[in-house]
Amino acid sequence: MSSAAPANRVAWLALPGVGYLLLAFALPLAALLVSSFQGEEGWTLAGYTRFFGDSYNYTVLWNTLRSALWITAICLLIGYPTAFVMSRASGWVQGTLLLALILPLSVGVVVKAFAWTILLRGNGIVNATLMQLGIISEPLRLLFTETGLTIGAVHVFLPFMVLPIFAVARQIDPRLTDAAASLGAGTLRRFTHVIWPLSLPGVVVGVAFVFSMTVSMYVVPSLLIGDRFKTLPVLIARSYLFMRDRQTGGTMAVVLLAIAIIVVVASALLARRLQPEARI
Amino acid sequence: MNTERWARYALNVVAALVTLFMLAPLLVTVLVSFSSSTVFNLPPPEWSLRWYAELARKDGLVSALTLSLYVAVISTAIALVLGTLTAIAVEQGRFRGREAVLAFMVSPLMMPGLVVGVALLQALREIGLREVFPALIVGHVVITLPYITRTVHASLALFNMSLIDAARTLGLSYPQAILKVMVPGLAPAFLTSGLFAFLASMDNYPISIFLTDARNKTLPIEILRYLEETPDPTIAAISACLILFTIIVLVVAERLVGIKRLAQF
Repeated sequence: MSSAAPANRVAWLALPGVGYLLLAFALPLAALLVSSFQGEEGWTLAGYTRFFGDSYNYTVLWNTLRSALWITAICLLIGYPTAFVMSRASGWVQGTLLLALILPLSVGVVVKAFAWTILLRGNGIVNATLMQLGIISEPLRLLFTETGLTIGAVHVFLPFMVLPIFAVARQIDPRLTDAAASLGAGTLRRFTHVIWPLSLPGVVVGVAFVFSMTVSMYVVPSLLIGDRFKTLPVLIARSYLFMRDRQTGGTMAVVLLAIAIIVVVASALLARRLQPEARI
Repeated sequence: MNTERWARYALNVVAALVTLFMLAPLLVTVLVSFSSSTVFNLPPPEWSLRWYAELARKDGLVSALTLSLYVAVISTAIALVLGTLTAIAVEQGRFRGREAVLAFMVSPLMMPGLVVGVALLQALREIGLREVFPALIVGHVVITLPYITRTVHASLALFNMSLIDAARTLGLSYPQAILKVMVPGLAPAFLTSGLFAFLASMDNYPISIFLTDARNKTLPIEILRYLEETPDPTIAAISACLILFTIIVLVVAERLVGIKRLAQF
């Protein structure tokens, strides 16, 4: 640490940024939380007893969590091998793979979701290709189904899974697996005992990213499945934008916020536990 | 060794399919935008530029694009200043809870956008701010700050602080040393984080939807509204323009800092 840097005064430089987020981010969220416990006459849990007393809301919660779990699982399933290949590839292969992730990542969600409405429609490219290959004889219904939503969402969120895993995987020394091999470990054993544990910190970050983004996604479902598929974000938007029902919307917003906070805290705790192993 | 060969082969197939899966939708959108047909068929009956001509006539889309550009540029600029100052404080300052400060600065990325939007809407109403433009700036600085703070902080951690000491020995004051030595050293971090902050702002829907009104819409909101009313390839044309714009920006950034840095979005 530099002796010349006036370390105590430097700390004040954080004030504008932190102050800004306190005022424009933390305070509004706190106010939302507080107001969800306020009724006509003082403090009340009415919003929550109403929310959790209505079995319909469990369907909504289940829809939200189920689609997020599916999308996260598929992203991990195809994202992990991709990140691994990317970490071991060199030159143009690595460059192409990085480009294939960073370009779609940089293009807006609205554009990507729109692209999938073209690809997934009845006479769209996906159906045409599958029929030409003789895999199906009738066009599949993909757009406005959960399958279509999952395909589109995996495309939108996959880079957030691959890039954190890649960042960790590229730092795993290849000599470690060679050493394991020379000690007689087979391919599977080298993976389960060397590569997987060392890449776990990246997996935790990727899963947390994708899950927290998919529980709160709004643009992708509204284009690919429509608002008859009820999730928390859809109902929050509806209750504020069309119904002007702030009580219900506020309660659901707090429930969604709680889910996001649980994911963040759990992943931070997990990451901390994995920390000593991450250092090599 | 045989399993190893198979495993490697399977991995490469997955990676190749993922590449196709990631890029195909963008390619298809660009191709459809040059179609003469009103439906999204490929190959198109004829190639044409009619949707691009249509695009120029859509005042709603043009004014939404203008608003989005203004908001993105201004909020990114503000975030660059606030985020860099915070990153310097966290990296150089000696105070308790520096990690917590960093985590707090990045936390808007992990919070549901709609909830942040709802909360901001209520807060801004409370203080009586109903103008769309300043409200959008307030909201968009919240979503651009995490990108800047995170990337600039990571880059500062690698910056050799003794260069500042050297500059001060040579007679520069502390602020001068920061400006003349540290800022150029951090240029790649400013570029990549500014780029992703800008793109995040251009693309934001969940916060903007609560802060805009019928007359002032940002581009994503206008596109979604347009798609509900008249789903024709005009949107493919504007999407193709946005894709082209993104490619140009990425190529320039890649030339300046390399693609691996871009991977730390």
